[in-house]
Amino acid sequence: MAEMMELVCPAGTPAALRAAVEAGAHAVYCGFADETNARNFPGLNFSRVELAESIAHAHRHGAKVLVAINTFPRAGAEETWHRAVADAEAAGADAVILADLGLLAHTAEHHPGLRRHLSVQAAAANPDAINFYAETFGVRRFVLPRVLTVAEIAAINREIDAETEVFVFGGLCVMAEGRCSLSSYVTGRSPNVDGVCSPPDHVSYEETDGALAARLGGFTIHRSPKGAPAPYPTLCKGCFTSEGVTGHVFEDPASLDASELLSALADAGVRALKIEGRQRSRAYVGQVVRSFRAAVEAVAAGRPVPPGTLAALTEGQAATSGAYAKTWR
Amino acid sequence: MSDSAAMIPILPRPLAAGLGMLPLAPLGYPLSTLMRRVIARNPGLIERLGPYRACRFAIDPTDLPCTLLLHPDPVRAHVSVHSRPPEAEVRIAGPLAALIGLVHGAYDGDALFFSRDLVIEGDTSAALALRNAIDDAELDLAAELALLAGPLGRMLDPLIDMVARASGVSLRRVEQNG
Amino acid sequence: MQPDSRMDLTIGPNQYFWDAAVWQDFYARVADEAPVERVVLGEMVCSKRLPFYQAHILPAAERLMAAGKTVALTTLALITLRRERKLAAELAAAGLEVEVNDLSALAHLPEGAAFSVGPMVNVYNEGTLRWLVGRGARRVCLPPELPPASLPVLAGACDVPLEVWGWGRLPLAISARCYHARLHDRAKDNCQFVCDRDPDGRPVDTLDGQPFLAVNGVQTLSAACANAAHQVNRLRAAGVSALRLSPHSGDFVALARLFRDLLDGRMDAAEFSARTMPRAPGGRFADGFLTGAAGVAWSGAQVPDADHPSRRGQEAVATAAAALAGKS
Repeated sequence: MAEMMELVCPAGTPAALRAAVEAGAHAVYCGFADETNARNFPGLNFSRVELAESIAHAHRHGAKVLVAINTFPRAGAEETWHRAVADAEAAGADAVILADLGLLAHTAEHHPGLRRHLSVQAAAANPDAINFYAETFGVRRFVLPRVLTVAEIAAINREIDAETEVFVFGGLCVMAEGRCSLSSYVTGRSPNVDGVCSPPDHVSYEETDGALAARLGGFTIHRSPKGAPAPYPTLCKGCFTSEGVTGHVFEDPASLDASELLSALADAGVRALKIEGRQRSRAYVGQVVRSFRAAVEAVAAGRPVPPGTLAALTEGQAATSGAYAKTWR
Repeated sequence: MSDSAAMIPILPRPLAAGLGMLPLAPLGYPLSTLMRRVIARNPGLIERLGPYRACRFAIDPTDLPCTLLLHPDPVRAHVSVHSRPPEAEVRIAGPLAALIGLVHGAYDGDALFFSRDLVIEGDTSAALALRNAIDDAELDLAAELALLAGPLGRMLDPLIDMVARASGVSLRRVEQNG
Repeated sequence: MQPDSRMDLTIGPNQYFWDAAVWQDFYARVADEAPVERVVLGEMVCSKRLPFYQAHILPAAERLMAAGKTVALTTLALITLRRERKLAAELAAAGLEVEVNDLSALAHLPEGAAFSVGPMVNVYNEGTLRWLVGRGARRVCLPPELPPASLPVLAGACDVPLEVWGWGRLPLAISARCYHARLHDRAKDNCQFVCDRDPDGRPVDTLDGQPFLAVNGVQTLSAACANAAHQVNRLRAAGVSALRLSPHSGDFVALARLFRDLLDGRMDAAEFSARTMPRAPGGRFADGFLTGAAGVAWSGAQVPDADHPSRRGQEAVATAAAALAGKS
C-alpha cells in the first residue's frame, strides 16, 4: 500500500474547520480575518482566539493546520504581516503558507522553527524557482500553480527535494496566480494586495426577463440566460466579444475536478492535494472532503477512485481537469 | 446534502396562499424575539457580520407571499414581515427550504447561487457576511424555537407548520409539538 | 529626491509578436532617434516567438549601446518548459544586464551579479525590495498595480532607481493558455502564430460593446492605454526616477519625443494627452493604478477620439447595444 497523499482542506470559519476535520481532512488551511490572506471576504476567516482554539481542536483529532499569510505585504505596513506570522506560530500552526519574498526572508530569519510552504500566489512553476525558494528560505512544500500538466509536475518532482501540493478541486484560476491584476484594473482591489479577486462590493446583479447580468466595476462580465447556471463574477470566467467572436474568451465558468487524475498525481510524486474553497460553506467542505478522503484512501490501496458526486458544488455546475491536460492550453 | 438543486422542495401553492391570508404584522414580534435570542446566544454572529450589522436584509422566500426584513442590530434587533418587497440594503431570495437549508448547513450558498436557486440583489458583501456568519454559528432553529415557549411560540405556529410541511425540515423537536 | 529631479525614459520589451523586419526597424529607429536612456530587449510573453527574431537581438543591443543607451535583456514572465529554463540560463550567461521578470531566473544569476527587476516580479514592499537589492538588483520597474502610497516608502527604503509603467497597454495577467489560439479554435501547440495578426493585441469587449481588455497570446492586457502624463509630478515627488514606455505600433520615436517634452516641461499633460491620443492603442487612456483608483480610471479629460482606428465600429456596437437595452 502506497503512502496516502495528504488532503489539505479549506476552512473559512471555525465551523468549517471542524467540518473538514470530521470529514477526514489530514490538514486544514485557513487565514486571519484581514488582508494578510488571499480570501479576505466579509464574515470570513479567523480571529487570533478562534485560530488557537481551532488548532487545538484539529490537533486533538490528528489533523494539521496550515495558516495562509499569502498576500503581498503593503509597503509601510509590513508589521501587520510579521505579526500574523508570529501569531500563527504562537497559536501552534503546523506551517505558514507564504508568497512574498520579503515575508519569506523575515520568517526564515525570525521564525526558523516554523515550517514554511510556498503559496500558489508565488507561482513557482519550474524546478529552478522551487530550488531557489527551498535553498534560500528553507521552504519545505510548494503549492504548484494551476498552469502545469501532470507530466510537467512529474518532471518537476524529479528535480527537486521538497514536497509538492496541487489543487484537485474547486475554483480554477486561469491565470498564473499572484501575477494577475485583472481585478484591480476594474475594481482597484486585487488578490495580491487586498486578498480579494472581484470583490463582492464591486459586483452587482441585475435580473431582466429572467436573464441575470453580472457587472464588475460597471463592466458587464456575464449574462446568464433564464435557467442557465450562473458563474462566480470573476473576470476570467466572463463572457466577452472579440472581433465578432462571442464567448468565454479566457475560461468557461467551470470548476476544477481532478478526482480522476489522483492516481496519476500520486505517480507524479505529488505529496499533498489541495481543495479550494475557503469562501464556501461547511456543507461544501464536509461533502468535498469526505468524497476526496475516500478517493485518496482508494488510491493508496490501489483501488479505483469512486466516481464523483460533486457536480452540484461546482461553478457553472460543470467541471474541468484544467491545465493538468495539455489540451487545455 | 442535496446533489441537485432541483431537489429543493417548493412550497405548494395552496399552502402559500393560506399563509397569504394570515395577518402578517403580528408575526414580527415573536420573530424579533427569536432573532434577539439567537444573537444573544451566538455573539460570534454579530462579530462576523462586522459593519454589515447595520444593514437591513430582505429575506424573500420565493414560494411564500411574504418577505422578512431582518435588522440584526445587536441592541435593536428587529424582524418585520411584509407582503410587499420592503426597502433593504440587500435582498436574498430563494425557496424557503433552500433558505432554511442554508441556516442549517444542509446547503452550500455558492452551489445554490450557481444553480440560481438563490438570488442576491443589492449589497453583495452584506449578503456574504450574513451567510458566512450564519454558517459559522451552526444554528439549530429547532433548539432556538424550543426556547420560545408559551404564547410567543404559539403565535408562530401556523408559519412553523407550513415551513415544516413544505421543506421537510422539522423546525422543532417532536416533544415540543404536543 | 527633488521634485524637479530628472526623470529617465525606458523603452520596455515589446510585448507583441511583430514581424522580424518591423522589429529590427523599430529598434534601429529607437537607437538612432529616440530620446530615451534605456531599452529592454527580448521576449517576455511567449518563448515560441523567439526563434523568429532572436538573431536580431544582440545586433540591436549593440546598436542601442553604441547610441549611448543602456540595454538589458528580459527573461520570460512565466518560465515553465525545459527550453525556457535553458533560455534563462543562457540569458544570464550572455554578459548583458538581465531584467528578471520571473524569479526563477535568479537561480541562474551568480550571487552578487548585477541585474534589474521587471514589472512582472511582485515587489510590493520594503522587505522584498531590500532582499532583491541585497541579491544584486540595481534597478526595479515596479508592478503596474502597486498602490501609489507605496512609492515613497519604497523609494525611501533603497538607493536603486525605481521605474513605473508610463505608457502602453497594461500587462494584467499571464497564463499557460494561449487566448489567441483559443479565439481561433486552435490548440496552443498548433497556434500557427496567429498573435502576429495583432501588433497591439486583440481587443476584447464586454457584451455591451464596451472596450475592456486585449489578449496577446498567453498574456492579457488592458484595452486602454496607460498614460502617466498627469501623474508625473506626483511620481517625481514620490521618488520615482523613470517611466517605462511599452512599445506599440506606429511612430514610437515621435511618442518618446513627446514624453521627453512633457518631462522637460515643454508641454503640459493635457496637451501631451491630446497629441498622443491618436497613438494610444484602444483609443482610451488610463492612469488609475497611479492614482489609487481602479486601474482603468483616467484622471484627465477623456476626450473620445471618434476617428481613432480602434474605435470605428465600436461606437456603432455600443449604440446598438444601448438601443437594444432600451427596448427590453
